[in-house]
This record gives sequence, C-alpha cells and structure tokens, in this order.
Amino acid sequence: METILLFAPLLGAFLCGFGHPLFGEKVSMIIATGLLFLSAALSWVVFFSFHGETEVITLFRWVESGTLSADWAIRLDRLTAIMLIVVTSVSSLVHLYSWGYMSHDPQWKDGESYKPRFFAYLSFFTFAMLMLVTADNLLQMFFGWEGVGVASYLLIGFYYRKPSAGAAAMKAFIVNRVGDFGFALGIFALFYLTDSINFSEVLDPHNAKELSKTTLHFLSWELNALEVITMLLFIGAMGKSAQLGLHTWLPDAMEGPTPVSALIHAATMVTAGVFMVCRLSPLLEYAVFTPSFIVIIGATTAFFAATVGLVQNDIKRVIAYSTCSQLGYMFVAAGVGAYGAAMFHLFTHAFFKAMLFLGAGSVIHAMHHEQDMRNYGGLRKKIPMTFAAMMIGTLAITGVGIPLTHVGFAGFLSKDAIIESSYAAGGVGLYGFVMLVVAAAMTSFYSWRLIFMTFYGAPRGDANTHDHAHESPMVMLIPLGVLALGAIFAGMFWYEDFFGHHWEEFFGTSLYANHDTNHVVHDAHSVANWVKVSPFVAMAFGLIMALWFYIWSPENPDNLAKSHSGLYAFFLNKWYFDELYGILFVRPTKWLGHILWKKGDGAVIDGGINGLAMGVIPFLTRKYQAIQSGYLFHYAFVMVIGVVVIVTWFALGGGAH
Amino acid sequence: MDNVLSLVIFLPSLAALILMVVLRGEDAAAQRNAKVLALVATLATFLISMPVLINFDPLDTSFQFVEEYDWIAGLKYKVGVDGISILFVMLTTFLMPIVIGACWSVTHRVKEYMIMFLVLETLMLGVFCALDLILFYVIFEAGLIPMFLIVGIWGGKDRVYAAFKFFLYTLLGSVLMLVAMIYMWFDAGTTDIAALMQHQFASKDMVILGVSVVGGIQTLLFLAFFASFAVKMPMWPVHTWLPDAHVQAPTAGSVVLAAILLKMGGYGFLRFSLPMFPVGAEVMANFLLWLSAIAIVYTSLVALVQEDMKKLIAYSSVAHMGFVTMGIFALNQQGLDGAIYQMLSHGFISAALFLAVGVIYDRMHTREIDAYGGLVIRMPVYAAVFMLFTMANVGLPGTSGFVGEFLTLTAVFQANTWVAFVATTGVIFSAGYALWLYRRVIFGDLIKGSLKGILDMDTREKMLMAPLIVMTILLGVYPALILDLIGPSTSALLENVNTAQGLVSDTAPQAPAAH
Repeated sequence: METILLFAPLLGAFLCGFGHPLFGEKVSMIIATGLLFLSAALSWVVFFSFHGETEVITLFRWVESGTLSADWAIRLDRLTAIMLIVVTSVSSLVHLYSWGYMSHDPQWKDGESYKPRFFAYLSFFTFAMLMLVTADNLLQMFFGWEGVGVASYLLIGFYYRKPSAGAAAMKAFIVNRVGDFGFALGIFALFYLTDSINFSEVLDPHNAKELSKTTLHFLSWELNALEVITMLLFIGAMGKSAQLGLHTWLPDAMEGPTPVSALIHAATMVTAGVFMVCRLSPLLEYAVFTPSFIVIIGATTAFFAATVGLVQNDIKRVIAYSTCSQLGYMFVAAGVGAYGAAMFHLFTHAFFKAMLFLGAGSVIHAMHHEQDMRNYGGLRKKIPMTFAAMMIGTLAITGVGIPLTHVGFAGFLSKDAIIESSYAAGGVGLYGFVMLVVAAAMTSFYSWRLIFMTFYGAPRGDANTHDHAHESPMVMLIPLGVLALGAIFAGMFWYEDFFGHHWEEFFGTSLYANHDTNHVVHDAHSVANWVKVSPFVAMAFGLIMALWFYIWSPENPDNLAKSHSGLYAFFLNKWYFDELYGILFVRPTKWLGHILWKKGDGAVIDGGINGLAMGVIPFLTRKYQAIQSGYLFHYAFVMVIGVVVIVTWFALGGGAH
Repeated sequence: MDNVLSLVIFLPSLAALILMVVLRGEDAAAQRNAKVLALVATLATFLISMPVLINFDPLDTSFQFVEEYDWIAGLKYKVGVDGISILFVMLTTFLMPIVIGACWSVTHRVKEYMIMFLVLETLMLGVFCALDLILFYVIFEAGLIPMFLIVGIWGGKDRVYAAFKFFLYTLLGSVLMLVAMIYMWFDAGTTDIAALMQHQFASKDMVILGVSVVGGIQTLLFLAFFASFAVKMPMWPVHTWLPDAHVQAPTAGSVVLAAILLKMGGYGFLRFSLPMFPVGAEVMANFLLWLSAIAIVYTSLVALVQEDMKKLIAYSSVAHMGFVTMGIFALNQQGLDGAIYQMLSHGFISAALFLAVGVIYDRMHTREIDAYGGLVIRMPVYAAVFMLFTMANVGLPGTSGFVGEFLTLTAVFQANTWVAFVATTGVIFSAGYALWLYRRVIFGDLIKGSLKGILDMDTREKMLMAPLIVMTILLGVYPALILDLIGPSTSALLENVNTAQGLVSDTAPQAPAAH
C-alpha cells in the first residue's frame, strides 16, 4: 500500500506528461488527478491504521560503495505518516483546484497545450516530496530534496515567456543549492564519522551522544563533531524553508501559477526543512550550539518576514512573506526542543496557508489575473464564497480562539503552543518568545490588511475588471471548503496528540527528547497565564491597528509611509537583501569569471605556454606556419613517421636488452 | 570466443579498410553508403562487445579475455580487460554508433571522415585494452592523429589553430611519459602491464639538483606519467586546449572528444599511476586534490561567463573531470568508484549535451548563446531533452551525474575537508552556469526573426538521444549495475596501493601521509 501511494503520483506525472498526445488533454489530467486522490486516500488509511512501530520497506539498492550503502526505501513512522497526509491531501486538492484555475490562462496562445505539462509537474513534485518524507537514509532524503527543487524550478518558470519567471526559477534553484551545499557537506561529515547515512544508525541516540563527545578536524579547526554536522544540515533546511539569509528566492517564486504557490511554496516543500530538523531530533538533542542558532534564525526570520509583509501590495507576496514568517515559528519550536509543536504548526499551517493561497488564487482568477491589492476593494459581495474562505484562513493564521482554553481556530492552538514552549525553554528561547509575540501582532495586522484591502471599502482600479469579477467554479471552491474544515478543526482535534502531555506516545520513536535536559513541553503547559494570553493580545492589537488603518481612517497608511519614508522603503524593499546579494555575490562572481577567463586562461596560461613554445623552441614556430598554410595531411604523415620511428627504436632497444 | 576482444578492437578498422578500398566517388549515393557502412560496423562492434560484458566475471580481479601474441621485433601484442577497463570499452562501443549517426549531415569528404572515426574507435578500444606498455604508448599517441585530422579538416573557422594546440599540448605531455616508460622497461625488465603492477619501483627519497624528492624514483615516474595524463584529462591549468578544440571540432568530433578521449587520462591514472607508483601517488595526492578543487571552481566560474555554447560545455567538462581526479587521489573506495562512475556518466551526459548543441547548430549555424532564446515554443521535445541533460549535468540525484559527484565528494571529505568544502561549492556554480545557459537559449519569448521557422528534433536526432536518456536515468536510479562490476577491481587496486605504501612506510617511515 505504501508503495502504491508513493509511486501513483510518479505514474500520474509520467502518463500525463508523455501520454497526453495519445490520450488527449482531459484524460491525461483525469489520470493525474485520479492517481493523486488515490494516493491521498491511501495516506489517510496509513495514517489512521498506523500502529506506532517504525516500519521500513526496502525497495531496491541504490548507491553502494565500500562501506557506504543507501537503499531506496520507505520508512514509515508517525512523522512520515503526518507528512504523507499533509502532502497528498493538499496536493490532490490543488490538482482539483487547477482544473478551474488553469482552464483559461491568458498567458497562453490559442492551441497551446499547457495543462498536461502543468499537471505532470505537480504530480512529479508530489512524488519527489513523498520520496523526501519516506526516506530511510539521508541520501534518499537528498534525492527528494533536490527533486522537489527541480519541480519547483519548473513550476516557477512555468510561464516561460515571461523573463521574470525564468529569472525567479533560476534564483530559486541556485539559492536552494547554497542550502544543499551545506546539506551535502553534512552528509559527508556524518558518513566520515559514523560510517553510515542510514537513519537506523544516524538517529540512534547513543550515536548522537558519542558524536557530541567527538572532535572533528573541519577545515582548519578542531570542532565538536555533532555541532558541525547539525549546523551543516541545518543550512540545507534554511535554504529549502527560506530562512533569513537564504529566503530571497521565496517571494520571487510567486511568479509561478498560484496553485503552485499553495502546494509547494506554502504547504509542503518549504516545510521540508522543518521536517528534516524534527527527523534529526536525536542529533539536535545532544547538540548545544545548533539548537540555539536555530531558535535565533527562526525568530529573526519570523520577525523580519512579518515586517516586510506589512507593506507589500501584491496579494501573493504578502502571503509569501507570511509563509516565511510562519516557518520561522516552526523552527523556533524545533530549536527549543518542542518538536511536537513544530510538527503541529507545520500540520495546521498546511491547511490554512494552502487555503489562503488558493483563496488568493480565486480572487486573482475573479479579477482577471490582477494581483495588486491597490486595485482590489469591496469584493466580498462579488465573491462571497472566496471571501468566507479567506476569512476562515485569516482567523486561523492570526490565531483567533478563546484564551486559556483549547478552543479556537487551528493556528490559535499551534502558534500558541510554540510561543509557550519558547518562553518555557528560557535562555535564547526568551528572545524567540519576544520576537514571536511581536511577529504575531504584525501577522494579525498584515493578514487583516489583506482582507480589508481586498474585500472591503470601495472598488479601486480598473472598473471593467471589477464589473466582470465573478465567483470561481465549484472545482475551485470545493478544495477551499475541505481546507476550511482543516483550518477550523485540525488544531482542536489534534492538540492532545501533538502537544498534549502524552505527545511522546503519539510520536513514538519518530521524535526523541532527551529527558535529562529537555522538559520544554511539560514546562510549556504550566507557564504563567500572561504568557498564554500574550499572543492573543498581540493578535487583537494587530486587528485593531488594521481596522484603524484600513477601515476607520484609510488615509493613515499613506501619511505614515510619508512621515517614515526611510523605514517604509526599507520594509518595502525587503531590507535590501537582493541588492546586497547583488553587490556581494552576483556581480563579483561574474567579474571573477571574466578575469579568470580572459586573464587566467587567456593571458597567463595560453600566453605562457605559447610564449614558451615560440621562444624556447623556434622550430615549432616554423611548423606552426607550415600548418597554417594548410598541409595538414603532411603534418599527420610526419606524426605517423614519428610513431614508426619510436616503435622501431623500441624494437631495436628490446633486442638489445 | 578466444579472440573476441581483438575482434571488437579491429572490426571498425576492418570496415575502414573496406571503405578505403571499395568505395569510390563523392556523389550522394557514395556518401550515404559510407555512412551506412560505418554505422553497421559500429553497431556490429557494439553487439560483439556485449558477450565480453556478459561473460565478464566481476569477482575475478585479474585480467580477463587476455590475448597475447608476438608483434614486431620482440614486442608483444597483449590485450585484456578487468573491472576498471571493461566499462570504458563498453562506453566506446556504445557511443560510436551514436557518433556516426551524428555525422549524417556532413557532406564534405564523407568517406575519409568515416574512416577517421572507425580508425579512432580501434585506437580508443586499444588504449583501454592494451596490456603491454609499448603497445599502450603507441596506440595512445596514434589516437591523436585521427582526432587531430577530424578537428583540422572538418572543423570550424579556426580549426587549424585548435588542432595544432590540441596536438602540441597532448604530445608534449607524452614525451615525458615516454622517457619514464623506457626507464620502467629497463628497471623491471618487462613491458607487461600486469607484471609492472606487481613490480616495486624504488621509492627511497633522493636529492636532485639540491631539491629533495620524497618518494624518489616513484615520484619522478609518477610525475612523468602525470604530465601526459593531466593534459589528456584535462586538469587545470593545462586545460586550455580543450575549449578551443571543442569549439572548432565538428559535432561528432566533440562527442568523441568529451565522451571518450577525455577518459583516457583518468583511465591512465587508474591503470598506471596508482598501481605502479603508489608511493609517488601518495606523495602527490594532496597537491592533486587541490588542483582538482581549483579546476572545479575555476572552470565553473569561467563557464558562467561564456558566450559560446560549446565553450561553456567544454569548461563544464573540465570541471566534471575535476571530480574524477579528486576521487582518484582521495585514495579510498568511494573515491575510485566515484571517479570511474563520474567518467562513464560524463560520457553519456557530455555526449548528449554536445549533440544538443549540434541540433541547433545544424539549423542556425551559430553557437552564440545570444542568437537563441525562446526555443521551447517551437521545439518542446528539444527543450525537454535539454532540460534533462542540464539537470544531469548539475548532478541532480536520480541522474547518473549525481552518483559520481556524490561519491567523489564523500571520498575527498575523508581525505581533506578543505578540498571537500571548496569542491562542493561546485554544485552551486554548476547550477549557475547550466541554468543560465538553459534560460537564455530555451526560455523567454521567441522574438528573433531567424528562429521563427526552426523545427523540433527529427526522428534521427531523437534516436541518437534516446539511448543516452535511458542510460543517464538508469544509472542514476540503479547504479549497482556499474558499482557491482567495478567494486571488486577498485577494492583490489586500493588494497595493492595500501599494501605497497605500507611496505614502504615499514622500511622508510618518513614518507609523509597526505592530509
């Protein structure tokens, strides 16, 4: 069953991508979508029938060399089971949604067949993601890791006529490769020290403990082996999950069609980093420096991305920065040792963020592919179902619920679990706590700002577009409805499992907490009430500010932007990361390439060798001229003669010996 | 069956002889006959080579299918294969029909052109099979001639300059190797390669002109061979002949050059340098690891700014060969396996990439990247194929390109973490140049008037690509096909090297270990 659910999307991608000239567009799309729903159904069966024991199904051998050995395999434990339902559920809904969203895409000319390609990429992505989450060794995980990267590249660059799409696709792949550089080095280091990259050994707490006492001579320093390995692997996670420093690709990735943003750049692929960190919990439990680093990066990302989200005008970019920010929350949880909370937020976030993106897609669809919120306004009556979905998504992401109870939208439970954990952890966790609460206020502000700018007020922008704004078809609304269920109930339903007192029973061996040092989940349940209420207060504050700015006095934002133009520009331009990287990396690299080519290869190497040839051996100069006069065959003849002479010489020498 | 290896080696030349004697005229029919005959001959060679692979026993690490005859004046003709060489033989016989297929659009002196490739095939196979030092040398050098002519006669505008440069570089390297071979012959009293692999060359430190040479004679011999193989590889900084040769070579010439001829250097290291001069190899290993890492980063950066497609791919080849030398001189199991894997994989991928350039060159007669853009709109199949090989070239897991890179990097991490660190940045740069090329040629809107009528790949071109696609994915998903075959031989080689180094360090403990 696991094998079928894993390979169904691959089969779908294959049949849809290569078979569509044979079956026709519609049939191939039905095949891809149908196989994905099959995969999703099986995933739920696996999830609910999972009995808690880790199970490994080996498919066949992959790389084997000396003591290095990695198989293609399916590792099934609670962590995998959770990811399976997240990935296949969102993916199948996105497949369905795309029937509507991609039906009349104005990017294409008449007669151009683009839909099967789109569905094939989506299915291929799903396969790669499933390979990632079912990996039983770091190498297969790396396969999935890069596989989703390629799918993401292809889908971001899907509108290949647009130069901006090509640029964004390339940027996504290369920035991710920077992360993969760390990931790969981490694998090398782990193999070097433990002689294995299989999870059965890597995730053994005894090995982790041994590693934490081992010194690794890395580059020019003697470093703690475990810290080096976990840091390197975390760099990989930072790339894939768009954490501060390696986040620049994610907003640009919005060049892809909106269903892609929902599936890949919100619900699944970008959470791979969080999944990886949770998967490696036994290693992190014995590391000291790396978890703190993860908390700092996660908290700073949550804060940074929220500030940028405050001022963006493109509806998809707002949600993109929101994703970046929410991923920061998950990393904080993982960093302080509350892996269950990290997975919990990953799980609920998949529902409400996918819904927000698909809802945004529905708005964009209604508005004829207009994405600038300054041209929206007053849409709630035109597209009421979409409005309802976006409202639910916003209630979920901002964390609306009844304080001090476990009643609320999904984000209320999972986000509060993270904030409580970070406070309970103390130390660097307190930094996380402060940043996350501030970010929660900003999350609330930008989320409500999105709602108010889009659905309230007077229509702005092109009147004709507004007149023709229409509700989306059922194939697009049904996925929104299903996701809405998740956004409302997933938090309440699964709170006890993921973050309750018995979370360890739920996760079994798939997560590991070292009880000598880690009681963060226990402590989180008994933090002071002001801590528990603080995210709610922050949320309410953000909501009131948004109401004030965008409903009560709409002239406020402009005034504030003018009076604080420096800060506004700083946020609007995303803290100038792209410009900085351009100056620091992109341009110097090209410059260096040019220097090495013209000066290194040209002047020094060729110049040197030619100079040597011309100066020291004038004989060759004459030959060179002879060649240029075109006597190639003569020259070859000379070579043959030379070889014959050599052979003869040897033959005579051989006789003498 | 006894002579199957010789049959494989000489069948192409036999066909060349028939072409030379029988075929007359330059009209279209004669040209076609020449091509068909060459294709049949190369296909037959491939088929005959299959039994060699099937009957090859991977667990037997000695030479198999050995044939030995007296040649002229006391010299021997001795051929055979082991786990290290057999796959290069197969690579050659597998690729040659594709190479001939890539010649189909040539109309200039077709008969001679076919003869060149057929003779070249014999010589390349001879290099991989030769088990006699002198035989190896003669074939190794003779292989230069047809390639020299292919570039010089059928090449582009500056073909003569490129051919000369190619020839000069590779020949100069060989002169030192010849001197070393003569010394070896006198020292060991034999030219038999199997015997030489068992022979211990002196490795006592010595002082030459005031410079102390660790590893003595072995280091000198190693360096002499290195001079030849490094140029063939090519390693930085003696790589500059390759981009020029590629740019000027016709498509089929580029395919042979990148896919097969470049592998002779790596093969030479594995066949001669490591087993015969293990102490020399150990002395030089760290230096060579650094050269490899520099090659990877340096040539990747240069590839990033190229304006000519073929030059870009040529530089990328040099970078990929950097992984090979890095794997070899990491001196461990993953390194040797990875190096051989990388060479084979690069054989398929570079062949496909040069064919891909040939496809659009045949249509537009330019290799300028700027002359293209938006090809996906008119050429969707081409775009998909090019995408696959672009990804294989950047070492995407699931393609053959990944396995070699991963193994060699894993290997070098065990030897020198700095080198591993520097070389691993290659995965970022390779993504940079490969995707940048793809974006400029394939993506974007098709606005250039000259491209409006461009046609997608035809059946012949698809058929040339199909086997390469199959191999690239098959070897990416199930590398055991290869690793099982080479593993025993590489591990035996490694054992010999370690034993030899161990023996030496027992008597001369001052030999420094590479770090």
